[in-house]
Amino acid sequence: MDPIIQVQAVSKSYWRDSFEIPVLNNISFDIPAGEYLALMGPSGSGKTTLLNLIAGIDRPNKGQISVAGTNIGSLNESQLAKWRSTHVGFIFQFYNLIPVLTAYENVELPLLLTSLSKKERRQHVETALTVVGLQDRMQHYPKQLSGGQEQRVAIARAITTDPTILVADEPTGDLDKNSADEILTLLERLNTEFHKTIVMVTHDPRAAEKARVVRHLDKGEFKRS
Amino acid sequence: MKVFKLVFKNALRHKLRTILTIIGIAIAVMAFGLLRTVVTAWSAGVEASAANRLITRQAVSFIFPLPYSYRDQITKIPGVDAVTYANWFGGTYIDKNQFFARMAVDAETNFDLYPEFLIPSDQLTTFKRERNSCVIGSDLAQRYKLKIGDEMQMDGDIYPGKWNLVVRGIYQPRDKSTDATQMFFHWQYVDERMRQDNPGRAGNVGWYVIRISDPAKAGTISDQVDALFKNSRAETKTETERAFQQGFVASAGAIITAMNFISFVIIGIILLVVGNTMIMSARERTREYAVFKTLGFSAGHLVGLILGESLFISLLGSALGLLVTYPFIAGFAAVVPKGFFPVFNIEPITVVLAASSALLVGLLASLFPIQRALGTKIVDGLRHIG
Repeated sequence: MDPIIQVQAVSKSYWRDSFEIPVLNNISFDIPAGEYLALMGPSGSGKTTLLNLIAGIDRPNKGQISVAGTNIGSLNESQLAKWRSTHVGFIFQFYNLIPVLTAYENVELPLLLTSLSKKERRQHVETALTVVGLQDRMQHYPKQLSGGQEQRVAIARAITTDPTILVADEPTGDLDKNSADEILTLLERLNTEFHKTIVMVTHDPRAAEKARVVRHLDKGEFKRS
Repeated sequence: MKVFKLVFKNALRHKLRTILTIIGIAIAVMAFGLLRTVVTAWSAGVEASAANRLITRQAVSFIFPLPYSYRDQITKIPGVDAVTYANWFGGTYIDKNQFFARMAVDAETNFDLYPEFLIPSDQLTTFKRERNSCVIGSDLAQRYKLKIGDEMQMDGDIYPGKWNLVVRGIYQPRDKSTDATQMFFHWQYVDERMRQDNPGRAGNVGWYVIRISDPAKAGTISDQVDALFKNSRAETKTETERAFQQGFVASAGAIITAMNFISFVIIGIILLVVGNTMIMSARERTREYAVFKTLGFSAGHLVGLILGESLFISLLGSALGLLVTYPFIAGFAAVVPKGFFPVFNIEPITVVLAASSALLVGLLASLFPIQRALGTKIVDGLRHIG
């Protein structure tokens, strides 16, 4: 299968005061379309940094990342923002829903950047919330939902624009076991049933088990499995 | 769901904080409105002065009189259209707290030179005919519930004795800048009494009012008037009505300057109040702004959200402030001594200044939060713990 994500010789380091802290060191790998990849590794291994680079919310110091044929390093900030809105669905560890918006309005947010009519937006939102099983919680505010439900709303927000890839950063990290299982089942379903390419960062071996491929990072490099 | 709705919801996220901020702005706008209104009321006479009127007074001081005989000589100067004269009467009506301008004027010519005082012709005819009559402004009539035919008894101080006058005319102001609290009666009435009781003070006028045909020649005509009486026992000083009025205002110049300064300090206070609220809000939402950016919202969207919220708060506070300014100023006018400010209106420029200041404050208060929101990297914003 053709790769949908190509990471070529990517390095990334951060500066803390006058110290350079290397995070990723010359990473190269491909992710085929429809893949469900789990990135694992200890804290500071660079997995979240790699995820951020793939999602286009950070830039590498060296190397190139292409998603669906687009070299995202060549895009300026404005182009990159537009690219993210159509190609990336982001699922955060702490859900990051907007507290003053209802579940419906949170899911509708990314659609406001499209040319869809109000009616079309409604269809997309209802479909996304139905997929995550929250069609009866549309008018609830985040504070009226459980952690698991909040994360499902966040997943609905991530899939409502039908993005090319889904990236998830510790999606079960803030959830109890039952809620975490629900989220993992949902992600698995998105991959198998809706053929979504998913890149997930996790510490949780049970979460990683659900992925088709697991890669381990350590000190900015992939460990040989 | 639209951006406006989000702006509205964001603004009301911390209701108490937003409400206190809005009330703070409203109070500041109200104080600004009051100070500006007092400043404009102080210079109302200057603003209402006509370009084609000159005032001739005694060169040494306004309190010294001029001979009545000057009138004919002034009238003959080329470019002089008409001349009238008046005396400041002073006196007391009811009690010393009831202040308004009382002037002995030439009944025949006074209203010709002051077209801003609108008086029905039949009332004017009666006024001219009856020596003990007076004309009062409509505000004065309203204040003391006076009507045509009513008597007004004055206790004289500059011109001692009891003075009984009958209201024969009530003038209306031509516009809001015209003082409708003045009282005019016959100079001849006062002069006759002076001839009997104090002949040395008879035949004197306080000042002359000269209407000129060409306002551009005001300087030349003023010089000509003053040259006429140079080295006489009562030298004159002639100036435009505006300059004459400014002379009065100048005595309170430092106070007015201070009030003007304070009114703009208030704008600075509003800026700090809104700025503080916006900085707190933006700091708390650092992670949310990062989420917006992650979802693909552009810098322009974030600017719209922050600027919109800042403008919403400042304009709402300003609107509320302006709304309460009207009754507040009416209340203030009711407690200051009657007649102290004959023209005490909220000028349109005050409303425009308050509204545009609020707009400017909303804009300025959002600059730092905008710069902060746009300057924070997404990855740093997502890590922010607010």
